[in-house]
Amino acid sequence: MSDWKKRDLLTLESLDKDEINHILRTAESFKEISTRSIKKVPALRGKTIASLFFEASTRTRTSFELAAKRLSADVVSIHSSSSSVLKGESLIDTARNIEAMRVDGIIIRHSSAGAPRLLSAKVSVPVINAGDGAHEHPTQGLLDIFTIKQKKKKIEGLKVSIVGDILHSRVARSNIWGLSKLGAKVCVCGPATLLPPCIEKFPVRVVTNLKEALAGADVVIALRIQLERQKERFFPTLREYSREYGIDKENIKLAKRDVLIMHPGPVNRGIELSQDVIDGPRSVILEQVTNGVAVRMAVLYLLLQKEETNESIS
Amino acid sequence: MSLLVKGARVISPGDNLDKEIDILIKKGVIEKIAKGIKAPKAKIINAKGKVAVPGLIDMHTHLREPGREDKESLYTGSLAAVAGGFTAVACMANTNPPLDSEQDMEYIYTEAKKIGLVDILPIAAVTKNMEQKELTEAAKLKKAGAVALSEDGHPILNSSFMRHALEYANMYGLIIICHCEDKALSAGGVMNEGYMSSLLGLKGIPAEAEAIIVSRDINLARRTSGRIHIAHVSCKESVALIRQAKKEGVKITAETCPHYFSLSDEELKEYDANFKVNPPLRAKEDIAAIKEALADNTIDIIVSDHAPHLESEKELEFDRAPFGMTGLETSLGVSYGLVEEKVLSLGELVNKMSVRPAGIFGLDKGSLKEGDAADITVIDLSTSWVVKKENFKSKGGNSAFIGKELKARATEVIFSGRLVMENGKVL
Repeated sequence: MSDWKKRDLLTLESLDKDEINHILRTAESFKEISTRSIKKVPALRGKTIASLFFEASTRTRTSFELAAKRLSADVVSIHSSSSSVLKGESLIDTARNIEAMRVDGIIIRHSSAGAPRLLSAKVSVPVINAGDGAHEHPTQGLLDIFTIKQKKKKIEGLKVSIVGDILHSRVARSNIWGLSKLGAKVCVCGPATLLPPCIEKFPVRVVTNLKEALAGADVVIALRIQLERQKERFFPTLREYSREYGIDKENIKLAKRDVLIMHPGPVNRGIELSQDVIDGPRSVILEQVTNGVAVRMAVLYLLLQKEETNESIS
Repeated sequence: MSLLVKGARVISPGDNLDKEIDILIKKGVIEKIAKGIKAPKAKIINAKGKVAVPGLIDMHTHLREPGREDKESLYTGSLAAVAGGFTAVACMANTNPPLDSEQDMEYIYTEAKKIGLVDILPIAAVTKNMEQKELTEAAKLKKAGAVALSEDGHPILNSSFMRHALEYANMYGLIIICHCEDKALSAGGVMNEGYMSSLLGLKGIPAEAEAIIVSRDINLARRTSGRIHIAHVSCKESVALIRQAKKEGVKITAETCPHYFSLSDEELKEYDANFKVNPPLRAKEDIAAIKEALADNTIDIIVSDHAPHLESEKELEFDRAPFGMTGLETSLGVSYGLVEEKVLSLGELVNKMSVRPAGIFGLDKGSLKEGDAADITVIDLSTSWVVKKENFKSKGGNSAFIGKELKARATEVIFSGRLVMENGKVL
């Protein structure tokens, strides 16, 4: 299962189709572990992972920690509220200090795009991007793709529509790259104010009308809308946003009958998705969360095992 | 001691001079320009195979003194200037506190004289303390030697205020150097807006943030007959506006920097904050437009916008790092690329880096004729060198050109008749 080449996981944009499939296959073999009564394998025993969260997160942080623990790795968590960041220490200094304590890998979530890239240039251990600004969230992209593949048995040729605040979304960017590399037809949909500049140069179809995005879709990924965007004048009112871009049991009929409804969470119930759609039969939102652990186990395993191989060679 | 520059190809476009000829310098002044000068007592600078040009002039630098001497000082800035081949640099007003008074002008001139390596020409703020509440005293500042006025970094966005500033400065022949940026449109932006900003997930600054204020300032200059000079032109939209304004006879000149004709926003893919400048590095088609504008003189001069910062600041996350890169020591080498690409002739490059800056700002410089103060730069065009941080004289190591191989380098600099750099070493 080895022959994984890359040291870090920073983006899906930088991975090729084979590398993405490699992670997905590995995740498949790990998924079963979480269903056992003793949810632990010794794959990363003796490894230490630092989890640096410079931005609030509950589910991603928990998911990574569970993934590490189920592989028997030890995890130290540093959140911005307790870290030396508040004392004015720079990201680079924090990272160098943590590396000096001989950790085997670093997971980082940061509000600044590119922070994981910056970190990876300064440390020698694998760096895993757990979300950086509006750039990428590769493990979220991977778990979304994994979930789609589990349900649809393929990615190639599927019509996947991503709806909402594309501009500020790292989840959208990772999904656009990951899905398109595997042959899906990706459509992005949102108000013109929330579409990134030059989005037409990405491998996507761009629409501003929700109905066009939903028509014939195999998968719909709704994105969380940050409530403060209204104050920033990206749209007039939450009510209008919800009316124009909210997915409910009526408009979802435009999609394929077996459409999958996904959301990276946390959902604003009744805004991006109506209550009945969230809890309805087409929703796989909680399965995404379950799969997140398996995908992150795969990523940690591939990146940290590689270190092991390298060490034994040298 | 007298100096004899021997055997150089002397290029001085303002004097219609381009030939192999000797220059004899005595008592700070060019005594004689002729073939085969013999001066047994003079120190001979063998410049065979090199070119000698009027001392280079950089009209846009940030020397950080007073206030941020940890980033640069007038002394280290002077060293960097000489190393880069300059004999005169203008320092921007946005120090801490800003250069806005007669005393500040005197301070710069006095310190520059003490250092004695290069002329430092102060640019004064347009408004007191750069607070944009009251105008600075232009009459007094002009007498004290301010070469221009500018609120670099912080354009006067109140158009009525800007109009008055132009009308008033114009009475004293002071040019206002305009940093053109619609701050509402650029708010939060850290790089050029376009495909790359979307790919990298960084907030963009659209080219229009620059062009809108260029357009406004052109309109105000037309209305007031005031003299404007557009700072660091970065995009094709501004180029088009300036070209048209010049056709109409608006009193406007413009500058650009080496990074705007050599680097695009694609350089940012590693999130290296040494590439973070304001205005930002633009797209490839902007680079093409800037080159065209240099060739047809829509853009009059090349400046470095030398902006030294601490390494610890530039190591920060891209969106938290300050804007700016150093340029004094790389400006000539990067700009010579234009000659190699046949965008400019060597004479036109000398125009843009010496003759025109002197002409626009009324400096008694930029020429080589008998009786002129001897400010001369000797350049080796055949050399190639790799830019290395450890070799910088500037305190700032924040150059986007580190590791790049450049051609052309100043090897000797004569300032006021004194040899201040020899064989590439600042004396």
